Amino acid sequence: MNSNDTLLEVKDLQVSIADSKILKNLNLKINKGEIHAIMGPNGSGKSTFSKVLAGHPAYSILDGEILFKGISILDLEPDERSHLGIFLAFQYPIEIPGVSNEDFLRLAYNSKQKFYNKPEVGPLEFLTIINDKLKLVNMSPVFLSRNVNEGFSGGEKKRNEILQMILLDSELAILDETDSGLDIDALKTISMGINNFMDSSKSILLITHYQRLLDYIKPDYVHVFQDGKIIKTGSAELAKELENKGYEWLR
Amino acid sequence: MINQSNKVLNTNITKLVNKTYQYGFSTQIEKDIIEKGLSETTVRLISSKKNEPEFLLNFRLKAYKKWKQMQEPVWPYLKFPQINYQDVTYYSAPKSQKKIKDLNELDPELLETFEKLGISLTEQKRLANVAVDAVFDSVSIGTTFQEELSQCGVIFASISEAIHEYSELIEKYLGSVVPIGDNYFSALNSAVFTDGSFCYIPQDTICPLDLSTYFRINDQNAGQFERTLIIAEKNSYVNYLEGCTAPQYDTNQLHAAIVELIAFENATIKYSTVQNWYAGDKFGSGGIYNFVTKRGLCAGANSNISWTQVETGSSITWKYPSCILMGDNSHGEFYSVALTNNYQQADTGTKMIHIGQNSRSRIISKGISAGKSKNSYRGLVNVTNKAIGARNYSQCDSLLIGNQSNANTFPYISVQNSTTKIEHEASTSKIGEEQIFYFLQRGISLEKAVELMISGFCQEIFTKLPLEFAAEADKLLTLKLEGSVG
Repeated sequence: MNSNDTLLEVKDLQVSIADSKILKNLNLKINKGEIHAIMGPNGSGKSTFSKVLAGHPAYSILDGEILFKGISILDLEPDERSHLGIFLAFQYPIEIPGVSNEDFLRLAYNSKQKFYNKPEVGPLEFLTIINDKLKLVNMSPVFLSRNVNEGFSGGEKKRNEILQMILLDSELAILDETDSGLDIDALKTISMGINNFMDSSKSILLITHYQRLLDYIKPDYVHVFQDGKIIKTGSAELAKELENKGYEWLR
Repeated sequence: MINQSNKVLNTNITKLVNKTYQYGFSTQIEKDIIEKGLSETTVRLISSKKNEPEFLLNFRLKAYKKWKQMQEPVWPYLKFPQINYQDVTYYSAPKSQKKIKDLNELDPELLETFEKLGISLTEQKRLANVAVDAVFDSVSIGTTFQEELSQCGVIFASISEAIHEYSELIEKYLGSVVPIGDNYFSALNSAVFTDGSFCYIPQDTICPLDLSTYFRINDQNAGQFERTLIIAEKNSYVNYLEGCTAPQYDTNQLHAAIVELIAFENATIKYSTVQNWYAGDKFGSGGIYNFVTKRGLCAGANSNISWTQVETGSSITWKYPSCILMGDNSHGEFYSVALTNNYQQADTGTKMIHIGQNSRSRIISKGISAGKSKNSYRGLVNVTNKAIGARNYSQCDSLLIGNQSNANTFPYISVQNSTTKIEHEASTSKIGEEQIFYFLQRGISLEKAVELMISGFCQEIFTKLPLEFAAEADKLLTLKLEGSVG
C-alpha cells in the first residue's frame, strides 16, 4: 500500500496529563478502508488516546507526531480536526441542557458545509437529510426535539453518537466503547449503522472491552494496549484469544 | 492541568468573542452643569432650573429630608466602596435648551449620538412601530410620534414636560406606588430626579405603538436619576421598552431610578428592559452603580403587569421590579435574565405582594455568572390574609461559567392564608469544558457553542421580549461573555 492510502499515522507519541505520563511511545498506522480495534485493560490509555486524537485541551503532547492525511494535526483546534474528518463517538456522551438535538445536529452539519465552502442548509431541508439517517440507527424523529442527550438512556445516547457520525460522514471514526452498556438489540442496530457508514475511503478505530462487538464489525487489526503503548497486534483472532485468556498471559 | 486547559479555551474564546463595549464612546457637547454635591440648595436649584410648580419642590424637599435621615441598605449581597454622594453631579444637560418643535432641529451632535446607539430620532429613519423618548444625562431631548399618539388620547412625554402640561396627573400619581421614603435610593431619586418618561393610556385604548425610552449617561461625574410613570386606565394596553447605555469611564457613575406603573381594571402593562450600562473593565474598575426601584400596582380587578428584564451591564445592580396585586384576579409577572461577568455584582429579583383574591404571580429568573462575578436572585412572595386563592409559581435557574463565579438564590415566601398555592423550583448548572469540547468535536465553533447554550438557557425569557429586542438581547449576552468559558 502506498502512503496516499494512509489516513492516520501516529509516531512515538508521548502524552501526559497533570504530570503523569499516560501514553508512552505509541505507534500506529491506519490506512483507508481498514478497521482497527484497540483492546486492553482499564487505565491502559485507550480513552486518552481517543481524546488526544480529537484534540482535547487537557492533555499535553510531550513528544511524537500525529499525521492525518499526511499533515500534522498537533497544532489544530478540536473543531479544525473535526472539519478535516476526525470524529469521536464519546464513551460518555455529554448532556447539553437547553439545546435541541435538531439545532445541534444542523449546526454541526452546517459548520462542516461552511468549512468546505458548500451551501448551508435551512431547517426544512435539513429535516429531510436527517430523517433518512434516523432510520439507519432506528431512532424516532421525536429525538430531534429533545435536548442533546438530556434524559437519554445509555443506549439512546450511543445511538445519537452514531447518528452524528453518519451525518458528518467523517473519514476517521473513533468509537470509544460505543458498545458498552448496550443490550443485544441496540448492539445490532449500532453495528448496522457503523457498517452502513464504512466504505473503502474511510477508517474506523474501535475501542472496546468485548469481543461481542467484533462479531458484528470485523476488524482488520486488533491492538492490545498496555501501559500507554501497543504491546501486541494481531488479526481478529487475537480478540477471541483475549476473550478466553484475559490480558495476563501477554505480560 | 485544569488551569492549563482553561487557558487554552480562554485564549480561544477571547480571540473569538473579544469585542469591547461598543457603546463606550462619549459625546463632546456644551453642557449646562451644576456644581457637585447635594444639599437643600441643590434640590432647590434643580427645581428652579426646571421651573417646577410648588408641589413638586415640596415633594423634593420632603424627600431630601427623608434621605438625610436614612442609611444605605446593608442586606444586599454586594460589596463596593462607600459612595460619596457629595462627589456626584446632580444636574447635567446639553446647552441650548430652547423648546424645539421639530426633532430635526436638534443639535446634530446629539442626533448623531443616538444614531450611533441605533436609535434614530429623525423623521426619515425612526422606527416605524415604536415611539421613543430619548434621555441624555439629566434631560429628555426629544420624543417621537407624540402627535400621532395624542390622536388616540395617549400621552407620551418626558416627565419634565408632563409636570407642566399634566400637573394634576403627576401630583396625583407621582410617589403613589413607590413612596418617597420607601428606601434610601427612592428618597434620593425623589429629591433630585431630573427626567424620564410619562405615559398615560386612556380608558378603552390599546396603545397603537410600543413606547420606549432610551437612557444615555454621558457626563463622567453626572449621576442619572430618572423617573418613569406609566398609567393605564380601565381596559387599556401598553407595551413599554427601556434601553440604556453609558460611555466607558474608569470611575463609577451613579444611577438611581424609579419606575412606577399603575394598571386599573382590566388594563395591561408590559414593561421590558434591556439594561446595558457600562459594566466596568475586566479588572473591575469603572462601571455604573445601578440602584433602581421599579414597582407596579395592579390597582383594578383583572389587571396585569409584566416585567421582563435583561440585565447585562452595570458593575453593581440592585433592582427588584415588583408587583402589588391589589385587584381581584390581578396578575403579576417577572421574567429576568441577569448576566454578570468579570467583577460585576448583581442582587436582583422581584417582590410579589398578593392582596386581591385569586391574584396570581409568576416568576422566572435566569442568572448567568461568569468570570469572578457574583449573581444573586432575591425574591419575596408575600400572600396576605385577604388574598384568598392566590397562586404563585417561581422558578430560579442559575448557570455558572468557569470556576470562580458565584450564584446565589434568596427566596423569601410569606403566606398568611391557607387557600394559597405556591410553587418554587430552582436549578444550578454549569457550562463546562467537556460540553465545549463536545461542540468543538462536532465542528461547532466556541462562539456558536456558547451562543447556543446561553440562548437555550434564556429562551423562556427571550420569548417574552418584543421581537426587535429578543434578537438584540441574544447577541448581547454572547458578546458579554468574552473570555469567560473554560
